[in-house]
Amino acid sequence: MQEIVIISGKGGTGKTSLVAAFAQLSKTELVVADCDVDAADLYLLMHPDFRLEQAFLSGEKAQLDQNGCDQCGLCQAACRFEAIELRAEQYTINALDCEGCGYCARVCPTGAISMVEQKAGDWYRSTTRFGGAMVHARLGIAAENSGKLVSLVKNEARKLAQRKGLETILVDGSPGIGCPVISSLSGADLAILVTEPTISGFHDLKRVRRLVEKFHIRIGCIINKFDLNPEITDQIQDWLDRESISLVARLPYSDVFTEAMTRGQTAIEYSNGTLSQSIRNSWDAILQLNNER
Amino acid sequence: MKIAIASGKGGTGKTTLATNLASYLAETGPVILVDLDVEEPNSGLFIHGRELAAETRYSLVPEWDADRCSFCGLCQTICNFNAIVDLGDRIMLFPELCHSCHACSELCPDEALPMKSRRIGRLRYIQAERLDFVESRLDIGQEQAVPLINQTLDFVGGRFRNGTLQLLDSPPGTACPAIAATRTADHVILVTEPTPFGLHDLKLAVATMQALDQPFSVVINRGGQTDNMIADYCKQQAIPVLAGFANDRRVAELYSRGRLIYDQLPEFKQQLAKIATFVTSQEGIKA
Amino acid sequence: MNIAFTTKGTTWDAAMDPRFGRTDFFLIYDIDGDDLIEFDNRAIAAEAHGAGPQTAQKLFEFQPDILITGNGPGGNAARVLEQSAVKVFIGAGDMTVLEAYQAYQTGQLTEI
Repeated sequence: MQEIVIISGKGGTGKTSLVAAFAQLSKTELVVADCDVDAADLYLLMHPDFRLEQAFLSGEKAQLDQNGCDQCGLCQAACRFEAIELRAEQYTINALDCEGCGYCARVCPTGAISMVEQKAGDWYRSTTRFGGAMVHARLGIAAENSGKLVSLVKNEARKLAQRKGLETILVDGSPGIGCPVISSLSGADLAILVTEPTISGFHDLKRVRRLVEKFHIRIGCIINKFDLNPEITDQIQDWLDRESISLVARLPYSDVFTEAMTRGQTAIEYSNGTLSQSIRNSWDAILQLNNER
Repeated sequence: MKIAIASGKGGTGKTTLATNLASYLAETGPVILVDLDVEEPNSGLFIHGRELAAETRYSLVPEWDADRCSFCGLCQTICNFNAIVDLGDRIMLFPELCHSCHACSELCPDEALPMKSRRIGRLRYIQAERLDFVESRLDIGQEQAVPLINQTLDFVGGRFRNGTLQLLDSPPGTACPAIAATRTADHVILVTEPTPFGLHDLKLAVATMQALDQPFSVVINRGGQTDNMIADYCKQQAIPVLAGFANDRRVAELYSRGRLIYDQLPEFKQQLAKIATFVTSQEGIKA
Repeated sequence: MNIAFTTKGTTWDAAMDPRFGRTDFFLIYDIDGDDLIEFDNRAIAAEAHGAGPQTAQKLFEFQPDILITGNGPGGNAARVLEQSAVKVFIGAGDMTVLEAYQAYQTGQLTEI
């Protein structure tokens, strides 16, 4: 089984739009895993049927049972996050401030504080309108993406692929360089870095590259909106050469992505122009890169 | 007066708005622009000036004292963030996972885990031609953005008079860093774009602001002629829309070169002026 | 000599788990005693953050000479493993445990 992960450091590079187009091109041949759970937008283009829904529990928060509390105040003294207040002669824990360290529960002499696992969101197993399978998730307010959630989504995608006898998993990876993106990359065979020729885009590309390095994964790069700033595009290409990273494609700045998205379509569905052809070529190039092992 | 500029996801033009608005408002009164997107602070690419202060920022994390440790293993059990590993003859610490809760340190029976300062990032205070600019940048490999955001807000609070207008360029999303940056603001401006992605992420941001009980409004970026999905949603929810910027390739080009937009494009400036008027009126209410 | 595998199951024909930190199981093969020991790692795999170093610590306790896995431990887990003498071989993520062992014996896996 093969895992292809599409990632980008910063938001707005067109990563998710590309994943949707690639998923459409491969129809029923792969399972899509949306691990960009902070901005889980892929479903807006894939229109999955949310066939199976399950709660996702992650992280604990402190909960105080007033009946057991003898108001000693040790919990408040222990808490470094100012999450415990004395309000109307009762100690109260503010869930938004609680980081779940559990210190208060440990020092409470009456055992009135317990650590309760929180519902962070839901995850789903779906069939998309292209007939393919998709595993995705949604986070609640103030809930954070985590290595655990990404790992769960990828694991379910793997199981699904196994059951359906599919060889490939396409992962919409998490942004940033923290735990979620590490889980996105763990176990992957090929990482495609999507970037754009802006100062911040190039900067992010270098950061993500350093992370991917640790996982001994093959890397390819797509420069989206390459004509926005030809100078930076040249700098990126020189850098890719030096780093021996294959340039999978350069895609032009185009309103097609936005216009397609506005209609809930993928770019190749919406237009049959040169951009669509470039996207098709990109996907072929990615598959070829994946087979070159 | 503190105005936070935030968005449900990255790449909506939050930094473009923050930098342009700050420069524009600075033409008529004192403004401090604060970049709280500490994982990826980009405002500084657009604001240039003289560095008045640069400070290394720290958080407190435990340090292992081998001579005192009796290898009871309690610290590993205590740590809810998996930042401590007991290997039997040595303790390994993973400071980037540590939330500085002090539990291991204070509960260690051998006092073998004293809390020590550890560098998490750097704060810079820059005086530009017209405005003051403060940015903090988390070091690579650091994962705890919230302490640095709070320290940056404290720095700004201690340095400037209460009356000075603060514009806070906030981290994207709806998780803890975004909440830390927006919760102390007097008003939050949510930047979005009129696409299904934009609307989806805006709804999450709106729910977050409602949970925080923060007053907020919306700015629509990269709008087209025909599509009104954000405007319709805001109307239905009675959310004020302050301005709408047209989708314009020239904006993206100027951005890629690290340039401000409003002095080059009159249409952009016109919309910016609407937001500026709103901000000024808020100051009136506050005063 | 002990060889550790990151696995999805507990037998020789189980699939390898390509992940290190969030692997479901470890299998430790004691070559001299021809004994296969299993360790269930699923509780650690369910941690929100920092699974890598915790898993590495568990592995550390078994003192294996060789670790065979998918594409290698991430940075934090690698730091723990560096404290031991274990040699890490990658590229077995797509095999069964037996296939991975044979691939190791015939020198088809990459040492990092």
